[in-house]
Amino acid sequence: MTNPYYAQTDIGPPYFWDMLPQVIKDNYGKWLYHEKVKPGVLKHVGESGDELYTVRIGSPRLLSIETLRWFADIADKYCDGHLRFTSRHNVEFLLTDAGKVDALIEELEAAGWPVGGTGKSLKNLIHTQGWIHCHSAATDASGPVKAVMDDLFDYFKKDDLPAKLKISMACCLNMCGAVHCSDIAFVGVHRKIPRVDDNGVANGCEIPNVVASCPTGAIRPNPKAKSVTINEEKCMYCGNCYSVCPSLPIMDPENDGIAIFVGGKVSNSRSGPAFSKLAIPFIPNEPPRWDSLVAAIRNLVEIWVKDAKKGERYGEWIERIGWEKFFEKANLPFTDKHIDDFIFSVPTFRSTTQFKFTK
Amino acid sequence: MTEKKRPLLDELKKGKWPSFVNEMEKSAAKKPVVNTLMDLVERSYEEKRVHWKHGGIVGVRGYGGGVIGRYCDLPEEYPDVAEFHTIRVNQPSGWFYTSDAIRTLCDVWEKHGSGLTNMHGATGDAILLGTTTDHLQDCFNDLSDNGFDLGGSGSNLRTPSACCGPARCEYACFDTLDLCHHLTNEYQDELHRPMWPYKFKIKISGCPNDCTSSIARADLSIIGTWRDNIQVNQEAVKEYVNNGFDVKEEVLAHCPCNCITFDEEKKELSIDDENCTRCMHCISAMPKALRVGKEKGATLLLGGKATIVQSAFLSWVIKPFIKLDKEDGYQELHDILERIWDWWDENAKVRERVGELIYRKGMGEFLKATGLEPVPQMVHHPRANPYFFWYPEDFAAEKEASEAGKEVAGSEVSE
Repeated sequence: MTNPYYAQTDIGPPYFWDMLPQVIKDNYGKWLYHEKVKPGVLKHVGESGDELYTVRIGSPRLLSIETLRWFADIADKYCDGHLRFTSRHNVEFLLTDAGKVDALIEELEAAGWPVGGTGKSLKNLIHTQGWIHCHSAATDASGPVKAVMDDLFDYFKKDDLPAKLKISMACCLNMCGAVHCSDIAFVGVHRKIPRVDDNGVANGCEIPNVVASCPTGAIRPNPKAKSVTINEEKCMYCGNCYSVCPSLPIMDPENDGIAIFVGGKVSNSRSGPAFSKLAIPFIPNEPPRWDSLVAAIRNLVEIWVKDAKKGERYGEWIERIGWEKFFEKANLPFTDKHIDDFIFSVPTFRSTTQFKFTK
Repeated sequence: MTEKKRPLLDELKKGKWPSFVNEMEKSAAKKPVVNTLMDLVERSYEEKRVHWKHGGIVGVRGYGGGVIGRYCDLPEEYPDVAEFHTIRVNQPSGWFYTSDAIRTLCDVWEKHGSGLTNMHGATGDAILLGTTTDHLQDCFNDLSDNGFDLGGSGSNLRTPSACCGPARCEYACFDTLDLCHHLTNEYQDELHRPMWPYKFKIKISGCPNDCTSSIARADLSIIGTWRDNIQVNQEAVKEYVNNGFDVKEEVLAHCPCNCITFDEEKKELSIDDENCTRCMHCISAMPKALRVGKEKGATLLLGGKATIVQSAFLSWVIKPFIKLDKEDGYQELHDILERIWDWWDENAKVRERVGELIYRKGMGEFLKATGLEPVPQMVHHPRANPYFFWYPEDFAAEKEASEAGKEVAGSEVSE
């Protein structure tokens, strides 16, 4: 490091108030209601009668500074220089002039930025880094996400689904995108145990930490080699040991792939928050367009669209019809992989004679 | 510069959804390093495997986090991305920006990095993707000079995040943006200097719709709520009905508590607020007619996390209602949070999240240690087994009560 001076530390983030448009400062905490004008466009009305329009576009999350500068220019042109991002990688342009909304939409769409993702639509897909920037990825993230969003594009542009649809993806079981509570979640998975590089473990890893990192107690010290051994029968390929010790690589091009979980949600609306549950244990990695994954997700979306009642989120629909019916309708095999054998398994076993027969 | 062909990545430029490959190509026009990155990703696509290694320890002076070291596992073949570190930058509360703030970030990143970003990462930070070790300090200096600071990584507090709250939402039950800014500034040391057993995340949502997914994604979930009555505007109810809105089908049929009734003649709604669990469905369905109550605050929930290691947890209720007032500097919240951190820091094993510690030690021990009062709102139902602990203080209290001539267990019933 050549710089002779060091900057001030601990200054904290920029003050949000300085980032807000005037109409928000004027109506802060005094919004009265909002309307969904059309897919991708919200209108908020304040107690003062002031109106704020929000135009939402989806982004691939990975953005170049060229694109960000273009967004800034658009914000100057239409929004007095104000914009915001959402927790699902959308960009929102904030306008006070209703007359500018259509021109803004036209300019965004012409440049390839889709307006949508509000109300009962497919939301932007949240995801992780994948092969672009992560060391533990079992699959790519941006590629499969792009392929899925291309295929489901129309659902982002419309808002006539039974309810909102949140799909998310994580490229390994660390689940950096917290995909465990989504309507549909797809997750990179491994299927073979880590390979032990005894030399590397001995020289680079703290053995007690490695042993403690294993949720099933599959890892034991191997004092002779100053390394560890892994019990193949106990390992369920979570990769947590690799996170604490790089000499236990688990990545495996032939056997890594993707699992799909369904029926989770986070909002408290109607039913409470819920985890996503396993629907499809494994789909192979198929770069560049992940055709099997795309087809599987389309099937999962379509059976819900066809069968759900108005207002039913994915998991609420399944709870109504029953999981056994879900597997039947989705035409998915139910296997030993679907029955939980981890630590909280017992409450998931059916302890009533109430169930539906399926074909 | 030799242009390599990348047929697999080219396939991902097709289709209607915005392409990340196009974004990389835009950056590559000015930053040749991104061409190398694309070559490496193309290779990952050919081989179906990742080509990044574990991070080493890199950072900036005075901080123990905020930079993720990233190294290519084929440095000889791809020397430009042999080092390709990530810098996490605190977002302004609610992800609001001026165009100038965006341009400032872009200028710093053009000078010091690949020009690729994530807006934003899952935790909430703006992510600057790809630079070398010798740029880290200079990049931080320029960020700091321009009013930006780094987020967390490793065993420390992560940048808290918040929904847009009162800035653009009529449901906000407190000032989410102010609380987020306040906590981030108040806990700079916890954010920048890893000192804990593991990471700790705080997410702040202004109402039970929980737009930051705090209940699934944060160790401490702060979710707005109210404890009085939903405000009903009967004139607006009539307007909905007159416009063809089916109140019975769209609202009553979905109410989880069956606590709404609709008078079809008068076209009026009435809500049995005592039996309402504030799920938000009716309010979200009729935002013009229904508003959250007036006595507003938040529910505190603790323990949320993803699957690794002991299963995923949704945060659970530890404080059904707390007032969140700017005027007293959120003192009650600070007190609770710091008691939680003290207990967790004392008791947790390496890489044990607070939810996992409570699972291992028991909720009872957690409540005792933090002085939080057990209340039925904390559980779906009470325990169904007889394995509960008695403590010397229970007997002491019993003795004291009996000496004072009072019965203890069950006495409340007869009083």
